[in-house]
Amino acid sequence: MEPTHTKAAEPSFDTITIGSHRAPVLRAGSGPTALLLHGEEGFDALRPVIARLAATHSVIAPIHPGFGGDPAPDWLDRVSDVAMYYLDFLDALDLREVHLAGASMGGWIAAELATRSPDRLASLALIAPAGIHLPEAAGIDPFLMVETLALRAMYHSPEAADAAAARLTPESEDIRLQERVTIARLGWSPRLHDPALRKWLHRIDIPTLLLWGENDRLFPPAHAQAWAALLPKARVQMIAACGHLPHVEHTEAVAAALATHMEAAR
Amino acid sequence: MKIFNFHLMPYRHADLDSIDRNGTAWVTYSNANYDPKLGAELYHEYLDQLEQADALGFDGVAVNEHHQTAYGIMPTPGVLAGALSRRIKHGYLAVLGRALPLTNNPLTIAEEFAILDNLMRGKFIAGFVRGIGAEYHSIPVSPAESAERFVEAHDLIIKAWTQPGPFAFDGKHYKFNYVNTWPRPYSEPHPRVFCPSSGSISTIRWVVKHRYTYAQTLAPIANVAKIFDLYREEADRAGWQAGPENLAWSNAIYVGETDEKALRDVKPHLEAYANRFLKTNPAFMSPPGYTTVESLKKQRAVRGVRPAFQTAEEMIERGLVIVGSANTVREKLAAYQDLAGFGYSLTKTQWGTMPHSMVTENQHAIAKEVLPYFRDRMPQPHPKIAAE
Repeated sequence: MEPTHTKAAEPSFDTITIGSHRAPVLRAGSGPTALLLHGEEGFDALRPVIARLAATHSVIAPIHPGFGGDPAPDWLDRVSDVAMYYLDFLDALDLREVHLAGASMGGWIAAELATRSPDRLASLALIAPAGIHLPEAAGIDPFLMVETLALRAMYHSPEAADAAAARLTPESEDIRLQERVTIARLGWSPRLHDPALRKWLHRIDIPTLLLWGENDRLFPPAHAQAWAALLPKARVQMIAACGHLPHVEHTEAVAAALATHMEAAR
Repeated sequence: MKIFNFHLMPYRHADLDSIDRNGTAWVTYSNANYDPKLGAELYHEYLDQLEQADALGFDGVAVNEHHQTAYGIMPTPGVLAGALSRRIKHGYLAVLGRALPLTNNPLTIAEEFAILDNLMRGKFIAGFVRGIGAEYHSIPVSPAESAERFVEAHDLIIKAWTQPGPFAFDGKHYKFNYVNTWPRPYSEPHPRVFCPSSGSISTIRWVVKHRYTYAQTLAPIANVAKIFDLYREEADRAGWQAGPENLAWSNAIYVGETDEKALRDVKPHLEAYANRFLKTNPAFMSPPGYTTVESLKKQRAVRGVRPAFQTAEEMIERGLVIVGSANTVREKLAAYQDLAGFGYSLTKTQWGTMPHSMVTENQHAIAKEVLPYFRDRMPQPHPKIAAE
C-alpha cells in the first residue's frame, strides 16, 4: 500500500537544543505523547505513520543526530550514545508516560533507551528493530549491495520498491550519502547490533509490541521470536506480504497497530 | 628518476570465468579457488622476480598489502619483505604499504617496519595506506572511522619510532599504557615514508603536511599530473617547494620488440588485470565514510562515464601503463615524467595473468633498454610550464 502525502496538513519542524546539538523535531496532533524514532532508511519513511498517529496522539518525531543532511556530531560513536542523547531529550521536554516507538535502527535506539530508563515510558513499540544478532537467521548485507538494489531489498512488493525508487531526488540522495556515513559509524561493526543489549532487555518491563514483516530480508522473522523471548511483556504482530519497512509498505496496518497498542497501555 | 619493481602478486592461476560468475575477485570470491600447490610455486616465482629485479639494477623492489582477494596474495607483506631482505643487495626494499586503520594494534606495524629497516640497514621504505574499500568489508573496521584511525595509528607509529619508551598513548581508537617497541628503526629519525593513494585532496594535504612522498595509484597520466600539481600547490602554500623526490607514480611497463608485438603480448594479461582482478561494484570500493561525501558527490556527477570494459589499447592510450618497443617506452616515460614531475616510478613488470617467462624477459628488457637512460634523469620543464 502506497502512503498518500497530504501537503496541506504537513506539519513543520521545531528546533530543540539538547546540549550542543540542535535537533529538528516534528510535532503533530494532540493526546498522549508518542515519541517516534526513525530508522536507518531516514526520517521521511516515517511521515505517513506520523500523519495517521497524530489523529489520536501528540506525536514527537525528531531527526537523529547525523541524519537529515548534517554530519554526525563528534560525540556520536555508537547507538548507546543516541539512546543517552534521547534521555536528555526526554528531560529537556519534560516528557513522562511516553509511548516510545522506533523502526529498525530507531527500534534499536528505543530498546537501548528503554533498558536504561523504563520508568519514563508507558509503552514500547519496535518495528523490525536492529540491535541483536541471530547468527542462525542472518539476513542480507545491504552494505555489499549497490544502493539501488539495497533499496529494493527492503521491500516485499516490487510496486513498493518502485515507488520508493521514484521518490528519490538529487537532494534526497545527497542527504543519503551523509546518513550512510552515520549508519556506518554506528552500525558497521558489530553489524547493526550491540552484543551487550540482549543482556539487559529483561529490564524493559512495560508492554512491548513487536511489529515485523513476514518477508523481512534484513532481519528475517526469526528475529521477532528472539526479541519476544528476551522481553518480559512483548507481543508479536507479524505483517503479511511485507518487507523490512512495514511503516512504508503497510502504513495503515502499522498506524492502527501502534494506536491500539498505545491505547491499551494507558 | 628511481625505478622500483613493484609487485602485486596476483593469484594468476585464478579461473577468470569463476571471477566473472562471482562478480568480483574481492570479499566474496571463495578461497576454495586457491590451490596451495600452485600458490606455493607462485610465491617463489614472484620472489624470484623481485630478486632478479635487484640483480638487474632496479633501484628498489616493492610489495604491498591486500586482504581476502585473488587480486594480490600478500595479506601480510612483512613475511615476503622479510624473505626479500636477505637477498636484496643493491636497491631499496619498500612495503607500499601497510593498511594502518585495519589493524587494532598499529605497534605491530611499527615493530615489523623497524625490523625490516634494521635488516636492510636503512635501505627500507615504509608505506602507510588506508586499505581499499573492499577491505572494510573483509575486516570488521568501520569505513566511517578509517580516516581518523589512519591518522591516529600513524601518529602512534612515528612516536614509537622517535621518542624513547616507555610512554603512554591515549588516543580515541588506540590506547597503550606502555609504548616501548623493540627494535628501534635503523634510519634516523625513522624510515622514509611513502603514502600511496588514489588522489583525494584530504590525503594529499595530509601527506604534504608531513613532507612524505606521495605515490599515485593506477590512473591516467593526465590525472596523475593534475594530482601532483595539487601536491606542489599545497607545498607552496605551506611554504616549501616539493621536488621529484616527493612524488611517485605507480605504473606498469612492458618492453617488446615492436609496439605491435608488445601490445599483442600483454593484451590478455592487462585486460584480465583491469577487468577481472580489479572488478567490483561501488558498494565494495566505496563503503560509506571511506570516501568523503564531497568526493562521492563529484564521483556521482560522472557516474556511468567509465566504460564497462577497459581495453589494453585504452589503458595504453590514456597512459595508465606504458607498453611498446624500447624506444616508445623511453619516449613515453620521459614525456610522462616531464608532464607530471615525479622522481619515482613504481613499476609493475608482472600483472594479471602474465606468466613467468614473459616477466623475466620484460625485466631484462627494462634493465637494458630503460633503466640506464633514467638513472639520473630529472623532470624537464614541459611546454606548459615553459610557456608560463
